[in-house]
Amino acid sequence: MSALTADAGVGTELFSVTRSVDRATLVRYAGASGDFNPIHWNERFALEVGLPGVIAHGMLTMGVAGSALTDWLGDPTDVLSYGVRFTRPVPVPDPGAAELLIVATIGAVDADAGTARVDLRVSVEDKTVLGKAQAQVRLH
Amino acid sequence: MTGMTEVNADLVGRVFSGTPPYVVSAVKIAEFAEAVGARSPLHHDTAAARAAGHADVIAPVTFAVVIAQRAEAEYIDSPEAGIDFSRVVHANESFTAHRPIVAGDRLHTAVHVDSVTERAGIAMVGTRCEITDDGGATVVSVSSTLAVRGADA
Repeated sequence: MSALTADAGVGTELFSVTRSVDRATLVRYAGASGDFNPIHWNERFALEVGLPGVIAHGMLTMGVAGSALTDWLGDPTDVLSYGVRFTRPVPVPDPGAAELLIVATIGAVDADAGTARVDLRVSVEDKTVLGKAQAQVRLH
Repeated sequence: MTGMTEVNADLVGRVFSGTPPYVVSAVKIAEFAEAVGARSPLHHDTAAARAAGHADVIAPVTFAVVIAQRAEAEYIDSPEAGIDFSRVVHANESFTAHRPIVAGDRLHTAVHVDSVTERAGIAMVGTRCEITDDGGATVVSVSSTLAVRGADA
């Protein structure tokens, strides 16, 4: 358990992890979320609409990054809010996988409010795929 | 050349709340947690969740999108919205939690159409889902922006 404490310093890196996303991950997320848009599982369809191939659900990428944060924090309810911009699609090869690199740093601390802003940098092959990925987190 | 989209800005301010309530199950929470790699026992193990003070397992932070997207369909699919879903790209998403979603919750969603702005043939459509429990208390707010391309964009 790594709950954030009030002496956390701005700029501190909290963790850096990689998570693999393959076609099976996409199928599993489609079923769990109810998002069956064929660009996330049908290569022919994805190519026809001008994509480089099957791409991950933006909400899957957001969810995986959020899970990395909540697993690190220990208590998922410490995340008070969480928002992202979807800036770049994540193609998922077959065979193979997209490797998401997730790096969390402290962007701001509001000791009076008892919260900190955690900035998540999420990239694939050195290209950032989420913009302004930020969570407000409770301090302990 | 870029054309205007067909997105109807007259619906800004409208609230859609006709989607039936969503009943949260422990099985669905576990499935979703597995799909996004959320390993906390609070998502998977009722005893662990109870030991932490919850009535049952709690949902991962982005789970509310399942409920929100279901409700947003009432707006997006309505003919008067003028949204061609094949031209939609998800631009941004945010969640503000008021309390965790817990297995057993029966949740109601009001979809607020907050903004429609159009520039260079792309309409940005901002919605906000206010998700409340049976007691009327807000559980989570979900804000979403969709980018809708016009026919020539």
